[in-house]
Amino acid sequence: MATSYQGNDFFDSSAEFTDNIEKRESLGKVFEIIFLLGLLIGLFILALLVFDICQDGLVRFVTPGFLTETPSRFPDEGGIRPAIVGSILLAIIVMLVAVPIGIGAALYLEEYAPKAWWTAIIEINISNLAGVPSIVYGLLGLGVFNYLLGFGPALISGALTLSLLSLPVIIVTSREAIRAVPDSLRHASYGLGVTKWQTIYHHVIPYAIPGILTGVIISVSRAVGDAACLIVVGAVSFLTFDPGLFQRFMALPIQIFSYLSRPEPGFANSSAATIIVMLLLILVLNGIAIYVRQRFSITR
Amino acid sequence: MSAINHQNGFQEDSRRSLEKNPSEDITEKIIATILFCCGLVSVLTTFGIVVIIFQVTFEFFQEVPLADFFLDTKWTPLFAERHFGIWPLIAGTFLTTLTAMAVAIPLGLSSAIYLSEYAQPKVAAILRPAVELLAGIPTVVYGYFALLFVTPFLRNFLPLEIFNAMSAGLMMGVMITPTVGSISLDAIQAVPNSLREGAYALGITKLESIFKVLLPAALSGITASIILGISRAVGETMTVVIAAGQQPKLTVNLMESVETMTAYMAQISGGDSPRGSLNFKTLYAVGAVLFLLTLALNIVSYWISHRFKEKYD
Repeated sequence: MATSYQGNDFFDSSAEFTDNIEKRESLGKVFEIIFLLGLLIGLFILALLVFDICQDGLVRFVTPGFLTETPSRFPDEGGIRPAIVGSILLAIIVMLVAVPIGIGAALYLEEYAPKAWWTAIIEINISNLAGVPSIVYGLLGLGVFNYLLGFGPALISGALTLSLLSLPVIIVTSREAIRAVPDSLRHASYGLGVTKWQTIYHHVIPYAIPGILTGVIISVSRAVGDAACLIVVGAVSFLTFDPGLFQRFMALPIQIFSYLSRPEPGFANSSAATIIVMLLLILVLNGIAIYVRQRFSITR
Repeated sequence: MSAINHQNGFQEDSRRSLEKNPSEDITEKIIATILFCCGLVSVLTTFGIVVIIFQVTFEFFQEVPLADFFLDTKWTPLFAERHFGIWPLIAGTFLTTLTAMAVAIPLGLSSAIYLSEYAQPKVAAILRPAVELLAGIPTVVYGYFALLFVTPFLRNFLPLEIFNAMSAGLMMGVMITPTVGSISLDAIQAVPNSLREGAYALGITKLESIFKVLLPAALSGITASIILGISRAVGETMTVVIAAGQQPKLTVNLMESVETMTAYMAQISGGDSPRGSLNFKTLYAVGAVLFLLTLALNIVSYWISHRFKEKYD
């Protein structure tokens, strides 16, 4: 189109174009900063949150017995031992129950399941379960473990409910880890005349362990921090003894919630201090898992 | 180790493994069955949820007519004069969810765009997990922060009630940011480079390529992430129980105290409603609405991300 008699137009538009490009590029710079701010706001709030909680909570660690005593009705006394014991027991049971079942299900779906309509249903079902709210799992736990199996509002009910809650995440992440194991490894193993399970046990699982553990960390720390389903199952907010498997129980998030719902201002500090303990517990869990992951990780 | 011995051992071994070993066959079958049962647990879980919730919900509706549940505008099951209109709880849920998404969508999308298009790979490798930490913080902690930091701070400028939808919603938004961000990031990164380069070849700037090429191309994934975020917000409990209060109201005022479906469920569970009482059954009726709502959102999200996925090459 740009024939010679349109020369003027051509130069005009070119000038306009150059003008424009500067404006457009500088608009781009502005937006780059906006996007970066959007990213940093979240991190800023995270830092603020940690700072605020430490500021409120660290006072409580000075008072004796905060970690070793049972809760008290008075704001600046008593401790959170039953909640710590409860949370640790819950985490252990979730690991014992949910992890093997989750990995088993993932192995079945990746290694054994035929491509059929019912395996597709299992898959869709798992991704839907991952989106079911925690409190709805609470209703399931209440119905199955408290009433049907007759455990009542005991620690075991809460632990099994949390296990079911954790399962979908473990299955999904384990499947991804198993899928990432190269087929050549399996074929090489079969080539040596080994059975399917031997291949899986000796080659696929060790190779997939780092990825599987990542899912386990995520889901177990989520379970440790979850309160909604425990409230429904019947966790109590005040306990003067350490919970056993078939007794009423407390957990750290429930303790935080219970401290928060009391009007006296001193309880806010106890709540913050309990949050610090809970976050530390989650950090420790992560630490252990990362250690195990590196210990067992196969160098590729 | 002598070579001869070694070879003998090898021959023996290989002969043994070539023979069909019936016990090995049985072990294999047992293991396959055990693994299948593990897979079955998830199906049983869904089955359990559906049966238990809807069984009690059915009992609830034998006592409370459907019309009362869906047409009444008051929710006062614990008062002397009982009303069972679900709408105030839905309104509360809607209000906190809307606030949360007003935070999570811009923050999540800008994180995703920055990490994908601007950040150096090394920087992104640090920043992405850092942002995802937000999702790993237990939700009681967000409740704590909303009630004891955000609300007092905002009260310097706004006449907020102590318990209000705004603080709870804002913190829920921060919590959901990584959900929106991660899935959007994957969607944006899945857009092939040829599309970016094609756009640059037409003389477009980076920003224009983001808004006119990348975001439209990644739209299905972004939409799916947003719907998933909404579903998270609808089902979130502890933040709203702690910071939004327990007053079921039909309101759009963010500064007031509201009650969400999840907050009601936590409230009724914490109290002493004996099994089989009508109060106890409201827990399940509300749970059923919550379950169906989040299920629908999850299915839509799943469907969008699979059905409308852009296929390149």
